[in-house]
Amino acid sequence: MIEFIETTKDYHIHNQVIRALDHVNLKINKGDIFGVIGFSGAGKSTLIRTVNLLEVPTEGKVLVDGKDLTQLSKKELRKEKKKIGMIFQHFNLLQSKTVFDNVAMPLSLAGVKKEEIKSRVNEVLEFVGLEEKTNVYINQLSGGQKQRVGIARALITNPKILLCDEATSALDPQTTKSILNLLKRVNIEYGITILIITHEMGVIHEICNRVAVMEKGRIVETGSVLDIFSDPKTQTTKNFVQSVVRDEIPDSIFEQLEQANPNERIFKLKFIGVDVGQPVVSEVAKKFNVDISVLFGNITELQQVPFGNLIIEMIGDSAETDKAVQYIKNRNVQIEEVIADGSEFRDPSKRDLGNLIYG
Amino acid sequence: MEVSSEILLNAIWETLYMVSIGLFFGAILGFILGIILVVTRKGHILENKWVFGIVNPIVNIFRSIPFIILLVAIIPFTRLLVGTAIGTTAAIVPLVLHIGPYISRLVENSLLEVDGGIVEAAKAMGATPFQVIRKFLIPEAFPSLILSVTTATIGLIGATAMAGAVGGGGLGDVAITYGYQRFDDMTILVTVILLVVFVQLIQMIGNKLERHFRHIS
Ligand SMILES: Nc1ncnc2c1ncn2[C@@H]1O[C@H](COP(=O)(O)OP(=O)(O)O)[C@@H](O)[C@H]1O
Ligand SMILES: [Mg+2]
Repeated sequence: MIEFIETTKDYHIHNQVIRALDHVNLKINKGDIFGVIGFSGAGKSTLIRTVNLLEVPTEGKVLVDGKDLTQLSKKELRKEKKKIGMIFQHFNLLQSKTVFDNVAMPLSLAGVKKEEIKSRVNEVLEFVGLEEKTNVYINQLSGGQKQRVGIARALITNPKILLCDEATSALDPQTTKSILNLLKRVNIEYGITILIITHEMGVIHEICNRVAVMEKGRIVETGSVLDIFSDPKTQTTKNFVQSVVRDEIPDSIFEQLEQANPNERIFKLKFIGVDVGQPVVSEVAKKFNVDISVLFGNITELQQVPFGNLIIEMIGDSAETDKAVQYIKNRNVQIEEVIADGSEFRDPSKRDLGNLIYG
Repeated sequence: MEVSSEILLNAIWETLYMVSIGLFFGAILGFILGIILVVTRKGHILENKWVFGIVNPIVNIFRSIPFIILLVAIIPFTRLLVGTAIGTTAAIVPLVLHIGPYISRLVENSLLEVDGGIVEAAKAMGATPFQVIRKFLIPEAFPSLILSVTTATIGLIGATAMAGAVGGGGLGDVAITYGYQRFDDMTILVTVILLVVFVQLIQMIGNKLERHFRHIS
């Protein structure tokens, strides 16, 4: 649906060249909710703006539905832009107009008839849940309502693609959730492909199916959200994943380890998908002569797949505990022993763990 | 007071005439130049360093010439345009050339106050440059433009007082020829009060309109 091919963008300021995009190659499929995450200045906004030619690439190209928009005439380009909706961090709505007139704008620019505009506006306002605010001016709305107007305005031309540049970054967590849910509905009910730019991993976690990580104008990692969350390769990606799935060991657990007892050992379990930790843990408790207590758990869902980690304490004979650990490993759950030092794991077979996750 | 009410009424009429016609043409000139100054600047919708590079200094030049000098300096041009260089109508030509560039700077400021995100959204919708100006920039800047025009109108009232130098008449002229030169304090007082009332009235209307269009609840 959207394809970046060696897309490069240079800005020239004061005889200096800033490379905002550095040979980006990326493919966004029809129906995707594709997230691009990166720190501020990574080039995310520049990337999304090349899709509707708010920025023209210096080198390389961007194909939208197979078409290189830079090759079109002005008139054809305007027509293509109607198929690409866009929403913004600061909404970019007209304060001088009512909700109705804001949403109607793309159609009135195109010279669509009044009655048709009216029914269309009412339709999208109902979809975003703002039918009661039709004749209200923008500054009488909350942030979340403003973004709903933004979404309604983007949907009014029946686009195939929706571009979201930090669409929830100005909103509180509660409102962010409701806007993300609305975007999910946009994707499912209208079949619109969504490209979403963010610096919050929570947004990716919440709605995306695929993700690319950007750093210094380059895509450093890309894949399905499940793959990226379960097996992040670069340090940047790891940091982003940790911001949502907290897997560092809480200090209290290290304190507990200070009073080391060879018969009380602590382990960290990481699991993805169907082999959820909890049943494994209770199985182990039944099969082996060890007592298990869960000290800490963090379980979320990614694309309806459970994902997370558990920190457990096994109390029992050390040899019996080793057997239990082996059993858990054989169930394809990643397990590492937590030792007092904190920075290292005692398990010598750690190197093989990466392979074990996928069995 | 030496001045008859007839002369005073006539002067009020002349001032109103010069201000309204001057404002009308001055605003047209000012809006055109102001819009050009905004849209042709770097990074804007019709970026053009040649046009900007010519219009910008011309506006500066007209802005820096004192009105009384402009009034005299363009006499040949005025004669060419309206057939005479003397009288109320003739005074309107320099008034327009004086107030137009002034309005252009005010318009420029008002339009630049519009959040860049608005233009961004307009471009994303595929708006033509004309639509960006007509449907986004001007409506968004409208309350601010009203205040700009209000300020310009008051400036214009001040300038008309000097129009007497080319026989333009008006309240300022009465104040000088009857009041100042003939030491008639009463005439000065009356004309000044009238001018103050004018200015107050215009500012009040401007503020009211601005508030009406700003849509702040
Ligand atoms: N119009 C511009 N002119 C000059 N430099 C720019 C412009 N837009 C972005 N940049 C630069 O390009 C880089 C990427 O910016 P941006 O795409 O906005 O990053 P992000 O959205 O990831 O924060 C930054 O270094 C920024 O300073
Ligand atoms: Mg950005």
